[in-house]
Amino acid sequence: MFATIRHWLDERFDWDDLTAPLRHKTVPSHRLSYWYFLGGITLFLFGIQVATGILLLLYYRAGANEAFESVQYIMTRVRFGWLIRSIHSWSANLMIFTAFAHMFSVLFLKAYRKPRELTWVSGVVLLFLVMGFGFSGYLLPWNTLAFFATKVGTEITGQVPITGKPMMIFLRGGEEVTGATLTRFFGFHVAVLPGLATVVLLMHLLLVQRLGISVPPKLEVQWTRNPSDKREMTFFPNFLLRELMAWYVALGVLGALAAVFPWNLGVKADPFVPAPAGIKPEWYFLFMFQTLKLIPSKVWFIDGEVLGVLAFGLVGLLWVLLPFFESDQPSRTKRWITGLAVFALAYIAGMSVYGHLAK
Amino acid sequence: MAIWRNKLRSSSTPRCFVLASFVVLAACLAHGQSTNSCMDCHSALPEPLGVSQEKFSQDIHAQQGLTCTSCHGGDPTSDDPDKAMSRKAGWKGKIDRKQIPQLCGHCHSDPSYIRQFNPSLRTDQLGQYWTSVHGKRLAAGDTKVAVCTDCHSVHDLRAPSDPRSTVNPVIVAKTCARCHSDAGYMKGYPIPTDQFAKYSTSVHHEALAVRGDLSAPTCSTCHGNHGAAPPGVDKVQNVCSNCHTFQAQMYEKSSHKNAFQAAALPGCVVCHSNHGITHATDAKLGTGPDAVCMQCHTPGDTCDQARAGLLGSLSRLDEAIKNADRVLSLAESSGMEVSEARLGQDQARDSLTKARVTIHSFRTDLIDQDIRAGLQIAAKNLQAGKEAMVERNHRRVGLGMSLIAIGIVLVGLRLYVKKIES
Repeated sequence: MFATIRHWLDERFDWDDLTAPLRHKTVPSHRLSYWYFLGGITLFLFGIQVATGILLLLYYRAGANEAFESVQYIMTRVRFGWLIRSIHSWSANLMIFTAFAHMFSVLFLKAYRKPRELTWVSGVVLLFLVMGFGFSGYLLPWNTLAFFATKVGTEITGQVPITGKPMMIFLRGGEEVTGATLTRFFGFHVAVLPGLATVVLLMHLLLVQRLGISVPPKLEVQWTRNPSDKREMTFFPNFLLRELMAWYVALGVLGALAAVFPWNLGVKADPFVPAPAGIKPEWYFLFMFQTLKLIPSKVWFIDGEVLGVLAFGLVGLLWVLLPFFESDQPSRTKRWITGLAVFALAYIAGMSVYGHLAK
Repeated sequence: MAIWRNKLRSSSTPRCFVLASFVVLAACLAHGQSTNSCMDCHSALPEPLGVSQEKFSQDIHAQQGLTCTSCHGGDPTSDDPDKAMSRKAGWKGKIDRKQIPQLCGHCHSDPSYIRQFNPSLRTDQLGQYWTSVHGKRLAAGDTKVAVCTDCHSVHDLRAPSDPRSTVNPVIVAKTCARCHSDAGYMKGYPIPTDQFAKYSTSVHHEALAVRGDLSAPTCSTCHGNHGAAPPGVDKVQNVCSNCHTFQAQMYEKSSHKNAFQAAALPGCVVCHSNHGITHATDAKLGTGPDAVCMQCHTPGDTCDQARAGLLGSLSRLDEAIKNADRVLSLAESSGMEVSEARLGQDQARDSLTKARVTIHSFRTDLIDQDIRAGLQIAAKNLQAGKEAMVERNHRRVGLGMSLIAIGIVLVGLRLYVKKIES
């Protein structure tokens, strides 16, 4: 039956020719090959996000008077609504985690080097978009924690000189976080960000397909010197089946987290009550939040928070452009980039733990 | 000589006068010309004659533009103490305690004068004072009793809303206790001196001083302030009813009202005491040390049986609520969404509170209505909690089955990969 369908497609669309790149595509096989799965797992979790997000859209109502109640309805009345919402929330967090892990694996394996600079750029842009998904989606249940975290988060945006205040008002839909902010964030979350993410994601995948998968520099040198050492596996089906196994493991972890620790709904946001003590953002923003907290209120003549926001903006920009500081010679790598990656990983992990433990 | 015994006056006053004469002279000579010679000299004097500029600047009268002469008379423009403090210049010297209410009342009983400073400030304080136990005793010549300055302080008098004021709601009980808790000072008066000690252990004190609830009662709430007097045995419920409205309404219609009146018992105080009111628990209906019914009733009589029935009903509802809470907490800690049932628990608790309030009607039929309503709500919430736990177990079974399925697929994939690669 499959052969008939294949023949039918081949007759009309030259299917065999179309799928030829997939059949001929290979993936390097070495002791660090398992790091290649991270990108695929992130893609899988993105797919889960899209699917569960569409299901949630069937019942979710964006509005200060309805959002919390609609999520409560999903959690208590809709059949398997709790599962869909919990998977959506857990998958979002896991996706950000795997995206970070993927980025650092690319850094440590030096996969960003020429000719894959744009693959790196599109990947980092995707990471920023994913964090945007997290920030905008966090507010949607309209609970107390989300409300105040958004208030703090948008306030930080307002610290950017010149463009900060208009940007904050644009994000909030006014001076304060209100129902207008919720509908706006909903728009970003289900329309603007998915649109952008799809375009950048396709570009990223296209670049991966076009440029192939990188191998670590040392191995590359060794394989160039001695081509008989080179080990590869076909993408289809060998690598894809392994990737599929990784997806199944991710699905199992996701299901277990959603069933054993269903995502908490919290208490409905009340703009008139004081912010709960020790309010913190989601874990993936914690390292930035804690850094801003530690910067003195005045550094020389500049406001500490403004300095922090500007520094993070600059670091973010340099991070995107990181491959362009790398040597043109594939065999000569710059050690300072690896050092920087170690430092960045330690800093993000350390500050996140510190932020989590700090009162 | 009674005034010399007043605890608010220092026994070192004569010595101060000797010292004062030197200091006043030195201060006046040193300073030369001044517009307020009172402050120039008195700011250099020790207590009780000393009044620093800093202290007086805190006084609400000073802030409103009044000066020393407003109360004491005299001529503050003269540097010569004899001229400044001459009877000719209207100098009154230290105001006699007996004259203090009248002196303060001179302004504070004049609505047109007070209106200039604070249109909402009452002007009946003096009239009320003369109706108080303090006022009546002062009029009879007892100068130990409190006059305006004893409670409000002097020269640094602050508005009652100021947290540092001696008559601020949070502080006023301590101000009253300065005299009323001093057994020596109160000797000769036929009232106890443990009111403040008892009040400090009361639910009212806890609400006011610990939780900062300014609506909670302090001494003046029940006794009045300027017209301070005991409420009277048959009027106690009128005092309590200012806050405890429903309880009072029910008590008014109850059989106990007439019974207490006939026995000259002080209403609410019979069961709840007065200054040392503690949180009213169901134990008051029991037979233990906190029990109150059995102070009057005989074990085994009709009322005792009704008491036991009420206690049983309240305990049943209380237990039902706690049971539902336990199951809901367990469900919640398992990540189940039970916020609706949690909200319902508040309704059950309201029913319990209502039943406890209805106790003051001493009517079992009315109390049973509230108990039944509460039990129904608690049962519904308990059911919701149990259903959540069943659902949690279903989820875990479902998870287990899914993980087994995933495991089987993983093993299958691994075997398939092995097969195609071999």
